[in-house]
Amino acid sequence: MKGSLAIYNALKESNIDFICSVPCANLKNLIKLIENDKDITYIPATREEEAFGICAGAYLAGKKTAILMQNSGIGNSINAIASLYKTFQIPTLLIISHRGDLKEQIPAQIPMGRWIEKLLDVCEIPTYKPKTPEEACKLIKYASSYMFKISYPVALLFDALYWEYDLEE
Amino acid sequence: MYPKRIEVIKKIVENVGDKEIIVSNIGFPSKELYFVKDRERNFYMLGSMGLASSIGLGLALNCEDKVIAIDGDGSILMNLGSLSTIGYLNPKNYILVIIDNSAYGSTGNQKTHTKRNTNLEEVAKGCGLDAVTTKSLEEFEKEFKKALNENKCKVIIAKTIPYNEKCPNIEIPPVVLKYRFMEAIKRS
Repeated sequence: MKGSLAIYNALKESNIDFICSVPCANLKNLIKLIENDKDITYIPATREEEAFGICAGAYLAGKKTAILMQNSGIGNSINAIASLYKTFQIPTLLIISHRGDLKEQIPAQIPMGRWIEKLLDVCEIPTYKPKTPEEACKLIKYASSYMFKISYPVALLFDALYWEYDLEE
Repeated sequence: MYPKRIEVIKKIVENVGDKEIIVSNIGFPSKELYFVKDRERNFYMLGSMGLASSIGLGLALNCEDKVIAIDGDGSILMNLGSLSTIGYLNPKNYILVIIDNSAYGSTGNQKTHTKRNTNLEEVAKGCGLDAVTTKSLEEFEKEFKKALNENKCKVIIAKTIPYNEKCPNIEIPPVVLKYRFMEAIKRS
């Protein structure tokens, strides 16, 4: 749980209080922690683009939001990022499990895995890649205040090696 | 004959007070709402087709006031998962009005699937929502008034003819609209 716990603690310390997600095997421990937290509103979405819509509404009502997803979800959300988040300058924190890179076993994951950083760059979303739980804590805290400075999403990409920290107990 | 979309929008505006929050869909629904009555508590969604109902949901979950989302049949078909999530959460202060003209109104009235087999009321009911279809302006007003006074999540599918009112584009910059809206709903 070490990797997931670090992300969870950093989200709490950053006062993120509204989280929407589409699951991923790597996110399962993190989702469990968030689901059980009474101070965070947790909404399971049917698709990542929908999560962007729900979080935009929550932000308009004053919430500090995050979206958890697999990197394939960015592919499903490009137009929402452009025509909603860019047009109206809406911040949100993106916690992304990076599939399709090292250790990947499923060929279909690989193209998005290779393209994800380029896509985030095209969308002008600042992207950070924590390699350890300690780094995750720091980067999440800085990213969740930076997103308000730029009024736009900021992303954190967690690769397969990061989730190995969850296996250490 | 079914009413026009703008007539339904007029009925919505006539029946709400200062407190209600309105989110309107991309294209003509937003332009018609802006033309009928611009209010600080209107959020005109200018892009991201399909997401008006989701933005409305995010607002309803975090506001005390009644939230009304004005969506279209083409848009809700693009994000049918939204009905499932709304049904799952059932926020008591949320009214989703789907103006169903069986057409993609803003792009030249090409037919949508509601013209043939898709029944949005049944889809909404299948998602656990309380849904009703109205076929006249009187019927719509009756259901809308009822929904405003009830403390429950409601979906109203308002059948209309495909027709776009000639009205101007919204010239207020999106970010100005956003801050105006956020400031207005903070004062509740």
